[in-house]
Amino acid sequence: MGKLSVSLCGIELDNPVIPASGTFGYGYEFAELYDINCLGTFSFKGTTLQPRAGNRLPRIAEGNAGMLNAVGLQNPGVDAVIREELPKLARVFHKPVIANVSGFSVSEYAEVCRRLDGVPQVGWLEVNISCPNVHGGGMSFGTDPGAAAEVTAAVRRVTAKPVIVKLSPNVTDIAAIAKACEDAGADAVSLINTVMAMRIDLKTRRPVLANRTGGLSGPAVFPLALRMVWQVHEAVRIPIIGLGGVQSAEDVIEMMLAGATAVQVGAANLVKPFACRDIIQALPETMERYGIEKLSEITGGAHGWEKM
Amino acid sequence: MMKQGIFTVTESSPLTEKVSRLVLRGDVSAIERPGQFVQLRLDGLYLRRPFSVCDRAGDSFTILFEAAGKGTRLLRDEKPGAEIDVLTGLGNGFDLFACGDTPLLIGGGTGISPLYWLAKELIREGRRPTALLGFNTAADVFYEEDFRALGIETVVTTANGSRGVKGYVTDAMDRPHSGFYTCGPEDMIKAVCSRSDRPGQLSFDRRMGCGFGACMGCTVKTTNGLKRICKEGPVLDRKEVLWEN
Repeated sequence: MGKLSVSLCGIELDNPVIPASGTFGYGYEFAELYDINCLGTFSFKGTTLQPRAGNRLPRIAEGNAGMLNAVGLQNPGVDAVIREELPKLARVFHKPVIANVSGFSVSEYAEVCRRLDGVPQVGWLEVNISCPNVHGGGMSFGTDPGAAAEVTAAVRRVTAKPVIVKLSPNVTDIAAIAKACEDAGADAVSLINTVMAMRIDLKTRRPVLANRTGGLSGPAVFPLALRMVWQVHEAVRIPIIGLGGVQSAEDVIEMMLAGATAVQVGAANLVKPFACRDIIQALPETMERYGIEKLSEITGGAHGWEKM
Repeated sequence: MMKQGIFTVTESSPLTEKVSRLVLRGDVSAIERPGQFVQLRLDGLYLRRPFSVCDRAGDSFTILFEAAGKGTRLLRDEKPGAEIDVLTGLGNGFDLFACGDTPLLIGGGTGISPLYWLAKELIREGRRPTALLGFNTAADVFYEEDFRALGIETVVTTANGSRGVKGYVTDAMDRPHSGFYTCGPEDMIKAVCSRSDRPGQLSFDRRMGCGFGACMGCTVKTTNGLKRICKEGPVLDRKEVLWEN
């Protein structure tokens, strides 16, 4: 066990850095650039039961310190992912991977998870109940504790693999949703998904995105994500994967101090394709600067100081 | 295969009131074909900005662009010596063998940019391209002499007739041709296709997130399935284009 290693639901990661779903495809584009086996693991593109072409263009807009996307879960469907994408991924990535799953009904979530449960390459199932860019699915399950618990329980019944539930920040009380997922059998939660946002084109006086709204990610959302990781850490005992605007080794450490066991990196991959590799390389020196000997020991380290 | 590198601006010059030319020096080895593009990271902007490669020579490449928004204005004001983080070798590029021996190179405005290096490469392959360059007025014309200096027939059109042929580039297409390569406003590309039944290679522009296939932000439907403009494009064959995108 190295200084950087962490344990995520019983599976050892060499380091806590995980590219977030939807920013890393199925890994090949990045495998052309660097050996992606340096990653803790990664979460592949959100997968649904049927193939999805995604939303109309434009799907991308920009903010002052981040980006908006409304891709709309474009993916080839779970069977094509298992048949075509995962064997290709196996050639360039030799660690268990996180399968990110979306759906439009409780039974669809469960069916996609059931099919992925039989794939040895998949280490964890990350159940996305927080996509803001599709109607009638995704986020509608993540904004109500009862619906979140229902999806969690349904997935729990069909798989022996660890279940991570990916939470939406577009709620009043994220801790209550996290607690509902924990009570329904989730092994971990990941947060935050993107923050619902929009831009308007001054010339056309219309929304920039064809979907009108999209999900904001990038450094703009980091403090918001950190606050939510903090709140969820106070409410649950299961591990938390922190994400939202992480772009440096310092951000990773800050997320872990707030309560994260592992950390996902999203938008940074899209503007700095070497972001994850660079963060991992910078971690040992950054840990030394802040007197951290073993990374796994700092999770939640910023809590409880009032009592000292 | 794409590369990331730091490039140094060696030349920055205005070509017209709106259009500028920038030459950047660095590792250009990933820039393999005309029609490919680069992504520039600019101070204060979160997303990179894509630009077609206008030329690649020695250890440098050239881009032409209109200062139309925040990013392109920043870029216009870059001085020689400035360093810029660039992703190179993006996109598929033009197929030099798809459009026969006497293709038309049809560009509108800054859309002529990738056609310049394309012309050089086609000439190197022994082909005889003709350049049709469309602008609004005489004051907007740029790179006419550069195309002419390659020794190819070069026709300029202006919408108001203040230079060259009066009208649109499509009004100059009435000549024998084996096929065409085109880049410019989408209405122009569409009009070009409606004026020729020959093979055509079309270069498209879409709002992109990453520029290298990871974010799925620029996916379009084609007769060959979904294609990412940044990865399986930006050049599509006319036969695979579905215009409803």
